[in-house]
Amino acid sequence: MAKNCWKARCAVADGIARALRGLGQRVTSRIWRLGYASRFFLAILLHSGTALRRLHLTVREIYFTGVLSLIIILVSGLFVGMVLGLQGYDTLQRYGSTEALGVLVSLSLVRELGPVVAALLFASRAGSAITAEIGMMKATEQLSAMEMMAVDPIARVVAPRFWGGVISMPLLAALFSAMGIFGGYLVGVQLIGVDEGSFWSQMQASVDFREDILNGVIKSFVFGIIVSWVAVFEGYDAEPTAEGVSGATTRTVVTSSLAILAADFILTAFMFTGT
Amino acid sequence: MSRTTLDLWVGFFVAVGLGALLFLALKVGNMASSNSGDTYAIHAKFDNIGGLKVRGAVKSAGVVVGRVTEIRFDPEAYLAVVTINVDSRYKFPRDTFATINTSGLLGEQYIGFEVGGDTAMLKAGDTIKKTQSAVVLEKLISQFMFNKAAEDGGNNK
Repeated sequence: MAKNCWKARCAVADGIARALRGLGQRVTSRIWRLGYASRFFLAILLHSGTALRRLHLTVREIYFTGVLSLIIILVSGLFVGMVLGLQGYDTLQRYGSTEALGVLVSLSLVRELGPVVAALLFASRAGSAITAEIGMMKATEQLSAMEMMAVDPIARVVAPRFWGGVISMPLLAALFSAMGIFGGYLVGVQLIGVDEGSFWSQMQASVDFREDILNGVIKSFVFGIIVSWVAVFEGYDAEPTAEGVSGATTRTVVTSSLAILAADFILTAFMFTGT
Repeated sequence: MSRTTLDLWVGFFVAVGLGALLFLALKVGNMASSNSGDTYAIHAKFDNIGGLKVRGAVKSAGVVVGRVTEIRFDPEAYLAVVTINVDSRYKFPRDTFATINTSGLLGEQYIGFEVGGDTAMLKAGDTIKKTQSAVVLEKLISQFMFNKAAEDGGNNK
């Protein structure tokens, strides 16, 4: 009897120990992965000489990430702006200040929606494609073949994709904002009939170039780095199987979206503290 | 896809992106209007600045002639000291009267210059002597209410 009781206690202790060990393992592997990702980031920066010297490699990637994302960015920008115009008008007319519609549309787009929504779209449109491409290259052993030929895959494959994404992102975000403001103009001025003069002049009076527009560009640049980094890392780190690549693609979208939102909060807290 | 087509598309993309940025800077932002060439700084002391903010406009006859660059508190005189950068194209007489006005009922506040008749002009670093504080809505309302109450009291007697 006493012995049985001892055994049961032993099993409980064993179970707890196993659970703790599992937790510890998960935490250390996460930290290890983060460290690996950081070292990978440094490696990209160190090897980006080739990507920038042989510019056509990067230009090719700007085509695939930037130019091919144009349609989705422009169309979503237009619709987001139009919805902002409708919703903003509905709220503003209760206070009898519909002339401020331009201010509302432009500030929300330039400060927040432009960089953030463009980055989220970019992560799902271009980031996932980068991950899948690099992952498939790894699965079909193209990366190992390059290494055999003394071609560094980080310099030849990873760095151009990274820089392509970083360069495309601010341009796409600016296009998104511009398109959204145009959409807000279409709905507010052309459809509803807000006064065109006050729409633009109030906008120009309240939007500051350095405070609002430049901070938005800085945001989108940071988001570009985050999305491109996550995408190339997940691709390079993917398990070289079909399942591994699909899992890595999912992880790219989830991780970069969460990272974008977290970084947006931190950047906003620093930039727009309100004076 | 051939390399020239690819280059063409990327060139187009970059040009359109930079164009959008330019549109944001010039048409949406105040880059075009705030080409703050030469300015000179003058100061003005107010009893109460209300909701005046840094970067607020300074207007004379409704035209923007400068910007508020600094607002601080003078601990000796217990007054607000506002530093204004005025466009150097415009000169104002020494006895210019600075008031804090509100654009619209709930709009943002700005400084208005009402020009006096002095022949000497304000120079950089000068202080405007005659100022009028912001109108505090609560004070106005309470004044009105007290007056009304006093009147009613008088009528009842």
